[in-house]
Amino acid sequence: MSMHIQPILAALRRHKAGTVLIALQIALTLAIVCNAMFIIQQRLAHLSEPTGVDEANLLVIPNQWAGHMSPEQADAQVRTDLVALRQLPSVSDASPSDAYPLSGGGWDNFIMRKPEQLTPTTDASIYLGDEHMLDTLGVKLIAGRNFNAAEVVYMAPRQVVIPSVVIVTKALADHLYPDGSALGKPIYAMSTTPTVIVGIVERLQRQGVSQWNKAYAYESLLWPARQDATGVYYIVHAKPGQLADAMREVPRALYAQNRLRIIDPDDGGSYVQIRKRIYDSDRGMAILLAIISAVLLAITAAGIVGLTSFWVGQRRKQIGVRRALGATRGDILSYFLTENLLIGIGGVAVGVVLAIAINLWMVTQFEMARLSLIYVGIGVIALLALGQGAVLAPAIRASKVSPVEATRSV
Amino acid sequence: MLSYYLHLGLRSLRRNPVLTGLMVMAIGFGVAASMTTYSIFRAVSGNPIPDKSAQLFTPQVDGWGPQQNIKGEPPAALSYTDAMALQRAHKAKRLTLLYGMSMSVVPESSNSLPFAANGYAVTGDFFSMFEVPFLYGDGWDSGADDGRAATVVLSEEFNRKIFGGANSVGREVTLDGHGYRVVGVTRHWDPKPRFFALFNGSPFQQPTDFYLPFNRAVDMQVSPNGSSCRGHLNFSGWDDWMHSICVWVTPWVELDNATDVTSYQKFLEAYAADQQHAGRFAWAPNVRLRDVMQWLDFQQVVPPESRISLLLALGFFVICLVNTIGLLLAKFLRRASEIGVRRALGASRRQVYVQYLMEAGTVGLAGGVLGLLLTAAGVSGVGLLFTPEIARLAHLDLSLIALTLLVAVFATMAAAFYPAWRAAQVQPAWQLKSN
Repeated sequence: MSMHIQPILAALRRHKAGTVLIALQIALTLAIVCNAMFIIQQRLAHLSEPTGVDEANLLVIPNQWAGHMSPEQADAQVRTDLVALRQLPSVSDASPSDAYPLSGGGWDNFIMRKPEQLTPTTDASIYLGDEHMLDTLGVKLIAGRNFNAAEVVYMAPRQVVIPSVVIVTKALADHLYPDGSALGKPIYAMSTTPTVIVGIVERLQRQGVSQWNKAYAYESLLWPARQDATGVYYIVHAKPGQLADAMREVPRALYAQNRLRIIDPDDGGSYVQIRKRIYDSDRGMAILLAIISAVLLAITAAGIVGLTSFWVGQRRKQIGVRRALGATRGDILSYFLTENLLIGIGGVAVGVVLAIAINLWMVTQFEMARLSLIYVGIGVIALLALGQGAVLAPAIRASKVSPVEATRSV
Repeated sequence: MLSYYLHLGLRSLRRNPVLTGLMVMAIGFGVAASMTTYSIFRAVSGNPIPDKSAQLFTPQVDGWGPQQNIKGEPPAALSYTDAMALQRAHKAKRLTLLYGMSMSVVPESSNSLPFAANGYAVTGDFFSMFEVPFLYGDGWDSGADDGRAATVVLSEEFNRKIFGGANSVGREVTLDGHGYRVVGVTRHWDPKPRFFALFNGSPFQQPTDFYLPFNRAVDMQVSPNGSSCRGHLNFSGWDDWMHSICVWVTPWVELDNATDVTSYQKFLEAYAADQQHAGRFAWAPNVRLRDVMQWLDFQQVVPPESRISLLLALGFFVICLVNTIGLLLAKFLRRASEIGVRRALGASRRQVYVQYLMEAGTVGLAGGVLGLLLTAAGVSGVGLLFTPEIARLAHLDLSLIALTLLVAVFATMAAAFYPAWRAAQVQPAWQLKSN
């Protein structure tokens, strides 16, 4: 092998432009494909994060009141609605709330450990619910207890009542009390009135999953309260396998209770719909990047095929001479494969530097994570293999050039 | 001569169909990816009100202080107290206070269901400041603001939904169970991004349904779509909440020239200093006065997906062009002997150069046509990548079509500079001899 490299390099020096173009194309392709693969992996990981709730059997009904209703009337209607919902044959439980995981946004409060503290310890998504909320969501209680009916308070519009007890997620408990002693401790949610941790759930995703939420991932709390600001979310747990029935029955039952309500079709729904809505751009980005990467690799391969074919055509006479002087078909084949490998190595060397540079720039521009070197490694191997694959057909054609060509004038 | 070269170029497209096909596809894909992502970027980063964007400013006053504000920046909206103070001061030519909200509408016919309508609570200057066009009637004056009138301006779309598009001025609309008299109907008006209400609304949301007088909406306790609070939330009702440091009101002022801007900035600082002396703020004045484009930039209205995809597509296009340079080189130099003959028959280097550039132009044109088809497909498929409200903004118009073709042709010709130069360097004598 080593004895072949010298003449190959000498030959490449006579095709500087073509060599540089192929190497440049490989370098740029590597830089873009590595970063694209990395972003795809990040987005896919983001959109497959679990919510902690029993997604397969959950249904969220966004309920807004129409016409004029006093807060007392609205609260009475909420309670009547819940009785009706819990009696439906396809429904196992239901709870009112102010939000649901992955709703996109909603009520969050700063959380402090001391009543006089001004700078917050952290921030938590707030979910209100009655004593049915835990069972409805299907979240796993890992310490403490559920709310009881007597603890559920009513919050009038624009009124903040701090419930005496709270259930927090493990993430929030660990952030506030890293030593694991959270149960039974008070916390302060933008108030001097304490609320005492009586339960800890394993996992409950926040309402939002955008960039700023990442610092507080999975930090949520549940308060035993009913509130009716401009409306309410009904969280409904369907009996196993009866989600489709529940999706039909629930709105019908609600309208039968009272027609003066608005159920927004672009909000809530099943968790398939909810996930699709919130992760739309993440999934789209992954698809776009996958398409761009695939087309890019195809175009780079096509470019290598094109230029190598041209070189083979140009050198038919020389190949003939080499064959006449005793070179085997294998020698010719390995000549073109080695030539491509040398160009490829030059290309990926530049490409690795470019890939890291692009990533570092994106880290500063788009708060993106650092590129893992595994992706660079995979990219390097993929591009070298792609080059070898692309050059194979023209190289085989070259190896079939007959020694007789040496005697022809063209 | 140029038309003859063009003719030669078109004919040579048919020679080496594989090489030509590769180039056309590379340019087509590259230009289509760039144009599709550009069509989105153009829509989300555009100036929503070009003729007035430099005269409209949104004042910010820090009522939260260095311990609770957002990394030193004042909140993105005003508390009701500060908003009212700015309005009472009358220091700008025009000023409007606004917030986004949602209200319910109960249709008259008993077999249709109630629905939600989106609107803004605004003060009277809103319509003239933002040049809202009217179909019927007009906005309201400061008298109606002060009188806390129960009036409403409908959008053309909402008027069509409720009144079938008839002139509804003087009629009544029921929102959240209360009646409002229609004083005007706007023409379709939907600036994107929705620069004026970024705080409690999305920049690319659906067209607005209605506008209510700010004071009336507050009296009716119509909640804003979003608010942000600091400190202790000890509210026992609407009035407590309204007079708290929670922010939810977006102010806009119209200032005609640099002098007015400077003096308004000074006024804001003096206002904040007064609040400090009065003991309301325990910190030095921290105010901002950003115009429309600065505000859109500060609020990062352009989604990161749009920037990243545009950059990636441009990178992709660059690779396609590098690819094209290589393929053009192969295509041109394959015809070295033909070039030799032409040169021997008297063609100058310049003529050979121009001929091959023209040939590249025809390749670019073919790539552009393919790119146009792919762009059309891409624009209709952007729903995959962006939320529906942003995807709706992308469309293939005449300027995008022209841009696609121009970019394809000129980029390919630029890519051909080097290959054509190499072609022009071909030595006629050497070529003739080797034949």
